[in-house]
Amino acid sequence: MTGASARGGANRIAGGSQVDYGKPLGFEFEGRRYEGLAGDSIASALAANGVWLLSRSFKYHRPRGVLTMAGHDGNTLVRVGNEPNVRADRHPISEGLAVKGQNYRGSLEKDRDAWLGRVSRFLPVGFYYRAFYKPKWAWQRLWEPWFRKSAGLGEADLAAAHGYFDKAFGHYDVAVIGGGPAGMSAAAFAAKAGANVVLIGESPVLGGALNYARFDVERAGAAKTRGELAADLEKSPNLTIMTYAACTGWFADNWLSVVRGERLHKIRAREVILATGAVGQPAQFRNNDLPGIMLGSAAQRLIRLYGVRPGRTAVVVTANDDGYGAALDLLDAGVTVAALVDLRPESGTAPCEDAVRERGLTVFNGYGVSEAVPVRGNRHVSGVRIAKIGERGAVGDGGQTIPCDLLCVCNGGMPAYQLALQAGGRLGYDDGRSVFSITGLGGHLHLAGAVNGALSLEAALADGRRAAWRAVQALGIGGVTEPVALADPTVQRMRPHPIATHPRGMDFVDFDEDLQVKDILNAVAEGYNEVELVKRFSTVGMGPSQGRHSALPTARLVARATGRTVGEVGVTTARPPVSGEKLGVLAGRGFEPERHTAMHHRHLEAGAQMMTAGLWWRPAFYGPRARRADAIREEIAAVRENVGMIDVSTLGGLDIRGPGAAEFMNRIYTFAYVKQQVGRARYVLMTNEAGAIIDDGIACRLSEDHYYVTATTGGVDRVYLMMLWWNAQWRLDVDITNVTAAYAAVNVAGPQSRALLAPLTEGIDLSGEAFPYMGVREGLLAGIPARIFRVGFVGELGFEVHVPTSMGEALWDAVTGAGTEFGLRPFGVEAQRVLRLEKGHIIVGQDTDAMTTPEEADMTWAIAKRKPFFVGKRSIEMRGRRLSKRKLVGFTLDADGPLPEESNLVLRRGEIVGFVTSVARSAALAKTIGLAYTARDASEPGAAIRIRLSSGGDVNGVVVAPHFYDPENKRQEM
Amino acid sequence: MPFGLLKYGFRKRYPAGPDLSWPSDLKSHYDVIIIGGGGHGLAIAYHLAKHWGIRDVCVVEKGYIGGGNTARNTMVIRSNYITPQSVRFYKAAVDLFGTLSGELGINLMYSQRGQLTLAHSDATIRTFRLRAETGKFCGTRIEMVDRAQIREIVPSLHMPEDARYPILGGLWHEDGGTARHDALAWGYAARAQRLGVEVHQRTEVTGIQIEKGRATGVETTRGAIGAGQVVQAVSGLSSVVAKMAGIVLPIRTYPLQAMVTQPLKPFLDPLVSSAGLHVYVSQTARGELVIGGGSDPYELYAARPTLEIKEGLAMHLLELFPFLSNVRILRQWAGITDITPDYSPIMGKSPVENYWLDAGWGTYGFKATPASGKYMAQAIATGTVPEIIAPFGLDRFATMDLINEMGATAASH
Ligand SMILES: Cc1cc2nc3c(=O)[nH]c(=O)nc-3n(C[C@H](O)[C@H](O)[C@H](O)COP(=O)(O)OP(=O)(O)OC[C@H]3O[C@@H](n4cnc5c(N)ncnc54)[C@H](O)[C@@H]3O)c2cc1C
Repeated sequence: MTGASARGGANRIAGGSQVDYGKPLGFEFEGRRYEGLAGDSIASALAANGVWLLSRSFKYHRPRGVLTMAGHDGNTLVRVGNEPNVRADRHPISEGLAVKGQNYRGSLEKDRDAWLGRVSRFLPVGFYYRAFYKPKWAWQRLWEPWFRKSAGLGEADLAAAHGYFDKAFGHYDVAVIGGGPAGMSAAAFAAKAGANVVLIGESPVLGGALNYARFDVERAGAAKTRGELAADLEKSPNLTIMTYAACTGWFADNWLSVVRGERLHKIRAREVILATGAVGQPAQFRNNDLPGIMLGSAAQRLIRLYGVRPGRTAVVVTANDDGYGAALDLLDAGVTVAALVDLRPESGTAPCEDAVRERGLTVFNGYGVSEAVPVRGNRHVSGVRIAKIGERGAVGDGGQTIPCDLLCVCNGGMPAYQLALQAGGRLGYDDGRSVFSITGLGGHLHLAGAVNGALSLEAALADGRRAAWRAVQALGIGGVTEPVALADPTVQRMRPHPIATHPRGMDFVDFDEDLQVKDILNAVAEGYNEVELVKRFSTVGMGPSQGRHSALPTARLVARATGRTVGEVGVTTARPPVSGEKLGVLAGRGFEPERHTAMHHRHLEAGAQMMTAGLWWRPAFYGPRARRADAIREEIAAVRENVGMIDVSTLGGLDIRGPGAAEFMNRIYTFAYVKQQVGRARYVLMTNEAGAIIDDGIACRLSEDHYYVTATTGGVDRVYLMMLWWNAQWRLDVDITNVTAAYAAVNVAGPQSRALLAPLTEGIDLSGEAFPYMGVREGLLAGIPARIFRVGFVGELGFEVHVPTSMGEALWDAVTGAGTEFGLRPFGVEAQRVLRLEKGHIIVGQDTDAMTTPEEADMTWAIAKRKPFFVGKRSIEMRGRRLSKRKLVGFTLDADGPLPEESNLVLRRGEIVGFVTSVARSAALAKTIGLAYTARDASEPGAAIRIRLSSGGDVNGVVVAPHFYDPENKRQEM
Repeated sequence: MPFGLLKYGFRKRYPAGPDLSWPSDLKSHYDVIIIGGGGHGLAIAYHLAKHWGIRDVCVVEKGYIGGGNTARNTMVIRSNYITPQSVRFYKAAVDLFGTLSGELGINLMYSQRGQLTLAHSDATIRTFRLRAETGKFCGTRIEMVDRAQIREIVPSLHMPEDARYPILGGLWHEDGGTARHDALAWGYAARAQRLGVEVHQRTEVTGIQIEKGRATGVETTRGAIGAGQVVQAVSGLSSVVAKMAGIVLPIRTYPLQAMVTQPLKPFLDPLVSSAGLHVYVSQTARGELVIGGGSDPYELYAARPTLEIKEGLAMHLLELFPFLSNVRILRQWAGITDITPDYSPIMGKSPVENYWLDAGWGTYGFKATPASGKYMAQAIATGTVPEIIAPFGLDRFATMDLINEMGATAASH
């Protein structure tokens, strides 16, 4: 399989399973055009073209390139179009794709900030805590702006449009996470047993290590196993396969977030099998971050998946048997292998080992890497210095330098533990054998394969079957034979690369954060002696690779420095997501509900300016914005002089029915309802357990056991929930229904309202004698079945008409048509606010706050004191014995003085004693009127009130009774 | 390069004196035992030692210092509350932050980049104005701003007129800012330790010793310790620990979540929050966007993040900054917060003599750390609760003298 292929880059060789040699694609990197093949990732295509430098590091601007080829590292974050921080080793190329490196000043090749690496000794771990704060203004004015300029990796394009993202839901018996051999064998087993299974794999194709690792000399086993597993999966009818899909989080009760492209799949599974594999670990030595230094598996992925020769001359360093397979693959790809450095004093019995020796490779047993030698500017590796590992377990001084342009590191793996730990698992470590374990997982969650310590291919397959069997048992599927377990699945002799501090540093523990060995040791020496403290002080593990590569060396270093074991030191909390999730993917299409009344379109046609009221839209006033003040004044005048109509469909509607209805009303509201007559309406006031006002409305008794109650627009949902909540305890025989959406309603108010409506009604006598104030009637209005209440929020003769929502528009049209001759005007919320203020009616939530008692608001008339109980009664009585310091009062100001704003403060003797809740200039009264909280000892009518204007000046007014307009209620009770 | 760093580069041995040092054994008795090694507990210890000469102090922490909500909060520091009592108290905290880095000898990275809160309804405009007026009256920097001003403060904000949640106006709080939360805990711990305070990690209090209505010590996983005074400062576990002393607190406990993106080149200096959208965001000096919102909808003691909250935060953030749709979330977490009926803390005496409460810090206690540390220490040292924190006593729930801040804590903490 050697021999360069014609297209897709000079380093292209035959045999890449994932690329299409017949489909070359042109793309751009850093403004230069390259050719890759369909199926290439950005990183593989660039590697094929000999481009290894992909981006610059966070702190020292070191050149960085391919490390894992698995999307596990942050070294290959690039910018694609306007999208920052894209993993170049995961993102496919496409024709014309424009890619740029990140985090450099000037050019990627010649970064003007590269000097930062040379002053690293002056930037000790946590250096930003050590200085920059003297004098006290220095941080904010001088240093922070400088830090902010150099912060961040990618750049957000402020002009980027919100892309299209959406969501899907899935429900399965078994979800298998991980598309490698263990996951495939688990999925096949569970599906065969009859379970409904989803198999979620991160790569574009299933197979995991079977696609690139070498398990035997002939390289035959992997293909065969893969074929068999694929055939098994194919045969399963009840199996869903999701490739290129990342399970990013485990949430309570096996609720999984799976990201596939621009779609978030939310999956609930009865059983979950985690076959997430292991994460290859880099080794720590000086210059371990140079481009050209990569995991052995990364080189194998380049060769096997993409047909890319990863270098010309390689050195392989290995902690276990893996390096031998990698060396053979390199040889097959036409790479010269200058040396194989086996960390173990003696080699093992790996099948590939003899083959390696047969092919004449030099094997250095018991050696390690002390340093990698860079080409100028650290842009690539040019050689490796190796030396014998001494008795104390450290790589010795001296040794020899072997020239190479590729260093493959096989330093063992760490379980991909994130999901397991999110699900409550604990990570253990056997320091003697360098073996991990995950324990403490709850039921319905199973581990399989490398994540479970089953490292060999046979062990992984067997472990997958066993995990699936356990899942199937838990599902209650009978008649499945228990598969055999392998004796000891973990036998793989392993000696991780020693970690020593190189006197000249640049031995990186965390590539994302540019943290060196000494940084971790210094953090511990500074007293940050717990791994979480080390993390927070040094930022180790906080970068884009989420600690995949830094957690283990950090734990080893902290263990060594504190005299504990790696197991005792542990790793930091695993927080979701496992890999970055786009905000757009999480957001999806962003459905934001909004509610329109049945008359919505009529309002728009009439030129209404709409405003929000909770989820609803309501007319604020009718007419162009520029005419706001005039429009409101005219609407008010229409109501006071002729007649107006307002859409009140947004008012909450609650149906209380059943033998217990009256008793229920008595408990939930402050007033008395048992003796309320059928056909009459009564005010309702609701308080909470603290005795504070939380809602109000009107209760209409439609029959002995049926009340129709209104609630405020913003309050009804909460009121409804509270009603259900309370009755869950009281267990009264009532049905409570939120019927807000079922009714449309208008309030027709003004001296002409009776004349207007009378001809439209059938079967209802609107005359004052037949239909008194606070009366309720049912009948037809313009042929529409209607409930009509004689109530008056605005202080004029008025009728509130409730009809089925489907007929709301017809009602509006009928009244509008009949109203022309009476000068009817529709009016909006703004006019209504003034009208009700003139009448001194409060708006709950505007004139009350979370503390307002009925007493403070002068509404004790709405409390039935002799009732044994209502919600809030106890607190109201308590608070009645020790009155608060404030009171809600009416006030007036001179009409030609300045107009305060709502929420302006009320002051007395230099202290805040209250604030304005409502204020307006009243044309009817030729005054400025308002409601405000003021000091109780200055709340009697006639007392002075001082209001602090937003501009800073004060204005003085007089406290008056709040019933400004028609205090005898003659107009509304006509 | 500031001079302070040169010494690191030229020094042979590292470090000269460690920041933190840990005693190995517990003594049998201390003048004051503080339960909880978060920012609050450590700040109280520091002030006792520094300003009141009480150095026989032991801070008992069940995990590691600053590992509770001190490590989880979103670092918002502000004083734009509703009631004058709160504004005065939080303003004192903000003022203390101004000089705290120098006092503790650690860069807290405190910066007042300002906080902009958005109003999408006229009801919100009204509460904003109340906060603005109260704040101005109490001497804080705060004002109402209109759409044009908002555009100037945060040019990247998406403000179409026909938005589902149109931006009608805002509350601009120039004093608002952030500081590095971990550093606050370490700074207090290091300074307190240098004055003789002992801090014991991995030591959990399991009981309170009470004799004749007086607290006399605590039981821990490492044995019993006697004390002259006992203080609890355990944030989300206030009710649990208070119960050990037989005290029932009027507290409900909810998880609160937050999340952070990958680092991006800074484009957002001020803190931005929206009550209507239940989301707030700030960009750190590292370039990460820190995103938070309202509490979880149900009471719970498990600090586990949920998918739904994350989705909601993302959706609402994109309403304000749609260009972030391709930016990735890196971490999501939760803390446990104790909420009182009036969304204000409980500071001061308890029904048990010599037992002090620093509790109910809910979603807003990080910013308060320097002030609660200072005034709680004064109360403990003198036996008299200082005027500025007196309104926050536990007895206010009996007398109904509540300090309601619900409206000022819903969308920004
Ligand atoms: C997601 C989130 C965002 C937030 N955002 C903000 C914000 O932006 N601004 C703001 O001002 N506030 C914010 N808060 C609130 C703030 O974090 C807390 O109010 C504050 O940190 C409390 O500090 P503390 O020292 O009292 O508590 P903690 O830091 O939680 O310390 C309490 C300590 O007590 C220990 N402890 C508990 N029980 C025991 C025991 N029995 N024995 C020994 N030790 C014990 C714990 O381990 C813990 O370390 C936020 C909170 C969360 C969760």
